[in-house]
This record gives sequence, C-alpha cells and structure tokens, in this order.
Amino acid sequence: MLGDKESVRDPYHDYDQWFADEDPARIERKARQAEAFFRKTGITFNVYGSDEADERLIPFDVVPRIISAREWRKLSRGIEQRVRALNAFLHDIYHRQEILRAGRVPFELIANNEAFLPQMVGVNPPGEIYTHIVGTDIVRTGPDDFFVLEDNARTPSGVSYMLENRETMLQMFPELFSRIPVQPVSKYPTSLRRSLGACAPVQCEGRPVVAVLTPGIHNSAYFEHSFLADQMGVELVEGHDLRVVDGRIAMRTTEGHTNIDVLYRRVDDDFLDPLNFNPESMLGVPGIMDVYRSGGITIANAPGTGIADDKALYSYMPEIVEFYTGEKPLLQNVETYRCSDSGHLAYVLDNLADLVVKEVHGSGGYGMLVGPAASKKEIEAFRKKLKARPDNYIAQPTLALSTVPVFTKKGLAPRHVDLRPFVLVAPDRIDITPGGLTRVAMTEGSLVVNSSQGGGTKDTWVLEE
Amino acid sequence: MLGKTAGGLFWMFRYLERSENNARLLDAGFRIALTRSASASEEWKSVLKTTGAVTEYDAQHNVYESRKVIDFLLRDPANPSSVISIMKVARDNARLVRTALTREVWEATNEAWMTLKDLLDRPIVEQDLPDALGTIRKQNALVRGATHGTMMRNDGYCFTQLGTYLERADNTARILDVKYYMLLPSIAQIGSSLDNVQWETILRSVSAQRAYHWMNGPQVTAANIADFLILQRQMPRSLAYCAQQSHESLRFLQEEYDAEHESCRLARSLHQRLKTGDINAIFEEGLHEFIEDFLIRNSTLAARIEQDYRFRE
Repeated sequence: MLGDKESVRDPYHDYDQWFADEDPARIERKARQAEAFFRKTGITFNVYGSDEADERLIPFDVVPRIISAREWRKLSRGIEQRVRALNAFLHDIYHRQEILRAGRVPFELIANNEAFLPQMVGVNPPGEIYTHIVGTDIVRTGPDDFFVLEDNARTPSGVSYMLENRETMLQMFPELFSRIPVQPVSKYPTSLRRSLGACAPVQCEGRPVVAVLTPGIHNSAYFEHSFLADQMGVELVEGHDLRVVDGRIAMRTTEGHTNIDVLYRRVDDDFLDPLNFNPESMLGVPGIMDVYRSGGITIANAPGTGIADDKALYSYMPEIVEFYTGEKPLLQNVETYRCSDSGHLAYVLDNLADLVVKEVHGSGGYGMLVGPAASKKEIEAFRKKLKARPDNYIAQPTLALSTVPVFTKKGLAPRHVDLRPFVLVAPDRIDITPGGLTRVAMTEGSLVVNSSQGGGTKDTWVLEE
Repeated sequence: MLGKTAGGLFWMFRYLERSENNARLLDAGFRIALTRSASASEEWKSVLKTTGAVTEYDAQHNVYESRKVIDFLLRDPANPSSVISIMKVARDNARLVRTALTREVWEATNEAWMTLKDLLDRPIVEQDLPDALGTIRKQNALVRGATHGTMMRNDGYCFTQLGTYLERADNTARILDVKYYMLLPSIAQIGSSLDNVQWETILRSVSAQRAYHWMNGPQVTAANIADFLILQRQMPRSLAYCAQQSHESLRFLQEEYDAEHESCRLARSLHQRLKTGDINAIFEEGLHEFIEDFLIRNSTLAARIEQDYRFRE
C-alpha cells in the first residue's frame, strides 16, 4: 500500500482515509463475522491427505487489494495477448507444429511430455478454442513490473472466492463501496455461461445445454463446482450421471436422458475417459473422447490443454507469444532455470538456498522448495530429489515481491501476494473480469500463497476509470 | 432435473426426518426410564427395535440402560442410525444437491450439522438430554421452515416431500409394529381404558398427547389411539396423512412431466386404502398384519419412486 518514502500509493488513497477514521475494534469484529459467514455458507475446501471430514476455511483478510484503472488496463492487455498466444500454440502443437519446425521450442519438450495428448492430434475443438477459462498468476515487483508466474490453462480454480470475497465485503462494509467506485465482478457467472454457450458444437440445436462436471463432493474444490453450476443455472453432473446416447453425451434426468452441448469439466484429462485414458477412472465418462472427436460435445477446457501451462514449457512463453502474435510480450516472464539442462542444473544446485524449485507437473504448492525459507536439512533432502530426476524440476529466483497490507491484531502489516485474474475465451471475444483472486501469504516474510499451504485471500478492487 | 439430484433431495429429507424421529423416540424412552424405572430396560429395547438398530446395539452392549442407549442413539459414529451419523449423511446429500437448494435451505442444513456436531462432540449427561433433544428438533424445524418458505414448488420440492412423508410413515408404522401388542384386544378390550404407561410412550413418540386429547377427550382406548395414528388425516404423523401427501406429490410430478408412472398408482391405492379404512375392521383383520402390510407397501413405493425417476443408473 505504501509507495516510495512511505507515502500511501495512489489507488489506496481513499481507502486509507476511511481506515484512519475507523475503530480497529470494529474492523476486528467484522473480520470475525466474515469467518462465521464463510463457515455458515460452507465456503470451505477439503484438504487432501487429511481426515475426509476436515473441511477448512481459507483465511480471509478484510483489507482489499486495490489496483488502479490504469494499472489494470496495462495488465489486461498483457493477459489477453498471452491467452491468444496460448490458444494459437495449442492449435499449432496439435496440428502442424510450426513452432517446433521453426526450432523455437525443442521437439523433446513436447514428445516426452505426458501433458501432450496424442488423442488430440488433428482434432478441431468447436470454435477453435482450447483453453476457454484461464487463470493467469501474476506477481508484481515494482510500480510497473508485472511478472507472469504460471499460466493455469487447464482447470484454474478460485473464481468462487473472487465472487464470495466481494459479496462478503459488500455485506460487511457497504459504506466503502459508496465512497470508492470499484468495478463489479458479479457478471462473471453470466459471462461464463455465455462464453461456454458460444463454443457449442455445430450439432447443438436451440439454446446450448451447459453442465459442470465434478469429481464429486470429496474433491477439494467441490464447493466451487457447485457454486458455479448454481450461479450459472446449469446442472452439476458427475461421471455416473452421463453416458453416450446416439453419438452424444447425455445426462440422466428424472424424465430420461437429455443431451449436453458444452461440458465445463473440473476433472483432469487422465480421469476423463476410462476407455481412452486411465482405465481405472470412475470419475469420467466411457467414450466421451470419441464423441468429442466427432464433434458431438464441447469440452472446456479441451483435453490436452495442459501442455501449454506445463512448467517446463513456461520458460519458452516469451518466444511463444512472439511467434504467434508477432508482438513483444507485454508481461514479463520470471527467469527460469531448466534443470534438464546440465549448465542450469549446476547453477541451481549451487544456489538452492536462494531459489524456488518447482516440480514440472506439480501444482498447489506441493513438492516445491522455497530456498530462502527452507532449513539446511530440507535443502539437502531436496538436493537428492533434484539430482535423481533433474528434468522433473525447474528453478526460479525469488522475486522481491511487492507487499500489500493485511489486518492483524497489531494493526496493518505487509504481506506478500499474487493475483489470479480470470479470463474467458469465446470465438468472438475475450472477457477478463476486473480483479481476480488475490492470494496472500499469511505469515510475515513468507512467499507461499497456496491455500493448501495456509495462504489466505482478500478482495481485489479495480477502481473505475 | 438430474435423477441423482432427485435422489439426493429425497434422501436428504428422509435422513432429516429420521434424525428428528429418533430424537422423539429417545425422549419417550427417557421419560419412561425416569418415571418407571422397572420398565426402563424393556422400553429401551423397544426404542432400539423401532430405530432398527437393536442388533448393532447388542453386538456392543449387554444391558439396556439409559446412559448407553442415549450415547448409542445420539453419538455413536459406528451406529448408522445415530443422530450424528444420520446428520452427516443428510448434509452430504445436501452438498450433493447444493444446486437444487436455495441458499436458505443449504445454510440451515449446514448450520444444523455444525450445531449438532458440536453438541454431540461430548457425551450427553442425563440432565442435559432434554436440551439436546430440543436442539435436534429445533435445527430440523429451521431446515423445514426454510424449505417451506423459500423453495420453488417444482419437481425438486416434490422429492423433498416424498422423502419426508415416506420416512415419517415408516417411523409411525414401526412404532406401531413394536408396540402393537399393547393395543391388542386380548390385553386391553376395545373400548376399555389402557394403562397410563402404555399409551403415554406411544403418543409421546409422535409428540401428540395434547392433540390426541383435543380430538378424543380424556378417554384413552386402544381403538382411538390406533385410529389416531393410522387413519386420522388431521394428524401430521398418521399413516393416512403421510400417504395422502406422498400421493399428492406423485400426482403433481405426473402432471408436471406428463408421464404416468407405477409409483403414482401404488401411492393412490395406499392413500385410498387408508382414506376409506375403518379401525374396527383393521382390528378384526389383525392390527399386526395390517401394519406389516403397510410397511411393505411403503418400502415398495419408495423403491418404485427411485426406479421411476431414475435416481440411479
């Protein structure tokens, strides 16, 4: 919130004035109310590996993160450019592979990548869109320095928190919103439904039937799946509700089977179709890939999209953006060491204490090493893992991340954050909801913002022009 | 709507109803244990029988005593009929059908679960039992109130009602099934007064002592009690009322979907049978046989609904 010389940064000016007049005790009371509200509403997530009944709340901070309209314009242009490039890349990689022929991305990176699905080669998804819903993770290091941390092009989660955080703030501090003009986020569910509907297959007659596919109530993001289905006004289905009927995917209703045109799936590729992928999967629909390939259904995001947000591929994103858009990337990439490269590996092994090392296919902050926060013992243990399978890892320097204020018992205190704006891609347009999910490391100095690792969230405001 | 969702609503409301019925049965059993300690053991056994959990109980315990039965029926996670187990399944079903519930119904259910989980975290001592049972009833009433006040009167609502009334009918019939011998003419001649303790437990377990007296005056006879619980359509826990409600929901679904189903035919015949029934004739044919027959018809109806509306593949 503070800029140079401890002055309040511009976008926070009005909030700071409001805050100065508030009684901290009142804000603390409101913060407790917010927690009760989340618990009552059931906005929880299940933690893998713990007791199945253990549904946890993600800590919520009552101080909004505020972004100016000017900053947002810049950011959203950069995101849009990147998302266009991702879709162009995916189309290319499953068709002519021009980028490989041009030598801009090494062939082995694709050939040896389990996120690449041979079943998708030559398939034309309806509307030519592969990644319909993207959640680009962004961090900031200075007033105008935004970096993309991850592209999350397969099944980004967290959008329900963006919506519920705003809802909570509106309930707790209505007066703030009449004082400060904030761009609304509430259109997201309608935009999502419109955007998905616009990608319906040619075979669709009349208004497209959309459904959300969830692995079920024990999935960590189940709340979000039911929330989105409910907000869009579409059915929330599981694999066992669906089957192939006359070359289409149909859901079992109380009146018989009804065709689905667009399936927003929150099930990983591997579990999507036991006939085509993991035969053990109980979560998917046998034969859905065959229906998909013959144009009978739209799957969002498309199978095989994971190849674009693979962490090993990430380091090539600047080349990818340039190759497909002919423009310089507007958003920066974090410098990345590919441990598969022996030179890079040597550097990484020498500098483990200063680097963040991530698994190429990992997510959710599992299996990563944050050098500056790790003990000597942890670093040595990680060194062994890294040496055993170097191509499974990439490393990045820890950035001097900007901080934003959070509310603590001792007053406002700085914490590190990232930002995940949500992008919707339709054949005719790209929608980016102004704001997104701000994740915040709840302990002082920590850089890990993942909710599975104790990170929290806050409302994200983009001010009106 | 999805068949799975219909099934989820149906079972969610069956389980909610069941947890409340169990609280009521416990209340009746506990009253006997307090006032007639000599009959306590026998009474607890019939409570357990009514909930269908007597075998599970016998596997764990060798005496029927208040503390153990109360704990078993309220908090034992190994007992699928304990209130805590039932509420967990009810809430899991609510999560499953979250998109078919209004925010109010979901929040009431979620709060009921959080409140009861907290309440039943420690053993309930005898002096706290009345309060605890009151809380269970109250939490259920909040869900029912939210359902009544906020849900659209559509197919989904019908499945909540079917779950509620099929479960309730089953419960009332089980109470009669376990206690029918008290109402038999060989023990108490039709028309003659029953012993206080016998009828008290029956009426208490359906929370209807005062209603009974408003309808029948001070006289308590076997025929009147049986009539009240089986045929009295003003009594919301009677078999006749439940059958009427189930039939109505199925008739609505039939119109809504414009499709005839066997379940509606079954419900109509059950409803007719109770609507035109006569208590003396029932006693003549055999009260026990009548109740056994009802229990079978009721569960056949439930299974048929499940099939007709495709709850499962």
